[in-house]
Amino acid sequence: MASLIETPPCGDLLPVIVTGAQLVELRPGPVLSIAPFHGQAAAVAAILAEAGLDWPAPGTSGVGGSLACLWAGRGTAFVLGPLPEPLAARLAGHAALTDQSDAWAAMQLRGPAAEAVLARLVSLDLRIAAFPEGAVARAPLNHMAALVRRSGADRFDLWVFRSMAQTAVHELKAAMTSVAARG
Amino acid sequence: MRLTCPLCGPRDRREFYYYGAADYLDRPAADAAPEAWDAYLHLRDNIAGPVRDLWYHDQGCGSWLVVDRDTVSHEMLSVRAVAEDRA
Repeated sequence: MASLIETPPCGDLLPVIVTGAQLVELRPGPVLSIAPFHGQAAAVAAILAEAGLDWPAPGTSGVGGSLACLWAGRGTAFVLGPLPEPLAARLAGHAALTDQSDAWAAMQLRGPAAEAVLARLVSLDLRIAAFPEGAVARAPLNHMAALVRRSGADRFDLWVFRSMAQTAVHELKAAMTSVAARG
Repeated sequence: MRLTCPLCGPRDRREFYYYGAADYLDRPAADAAPEAWDAYLHLRDNIAGPVRDLWYHDQGCGSWLVVDRDTVSHEMLSVRAVAEDRA
């Protein structure tokens, strides 16, 4: 049988390292999109609770054991990590489930200049008082639909559609170098 | 111009797609008279003042939104999610 090689979305475009900021690729592993059917939100939340996850309120994310759950839009959440198969099977009766593991390019922007870099591309208040650790937003990264999550005091996880990986790296690299050039 | 999305908060207008008049939410029954379908698809008032629009938050959370807007002052009067109106 052919030996297949998994190619990461950003490939050899990353890492990008400048003074004050680094952009590295994230490999989130399995990504399961969960969109509860009408009136099924409570049933879905109860099943996720068995995996130690809360259904995320808009703009939030949570962690349970080796899994994480991100709000990803109206009536949609992403579970990151291997959800136990019996739980996934039970969810199927209550929600639309989509395996999106290969659909996204995920990157992490980190360093003391990360906020200043992102301020050039995302028109939200991303200061830690307004966008604390764990906060999630669906917002454009320049012109690209993106998901932004603050994963630490000096770091953000950035998700764009996989087909946008090269453009996203290009835009972020330009913002990183121009912030670094200002010193 | 900014719209306050019920889930995402105040966001720039460019994150949203303007779909047209909120009349699109009142779809006639499949067996309705041709006149009803004609009105649904084609007949719109061109109001100077408060209008009711249908918008979509395509670069954000994906909510369909009913937006009350004043075409004279450009004021955004209210933004509500269609899903919540119909819940």
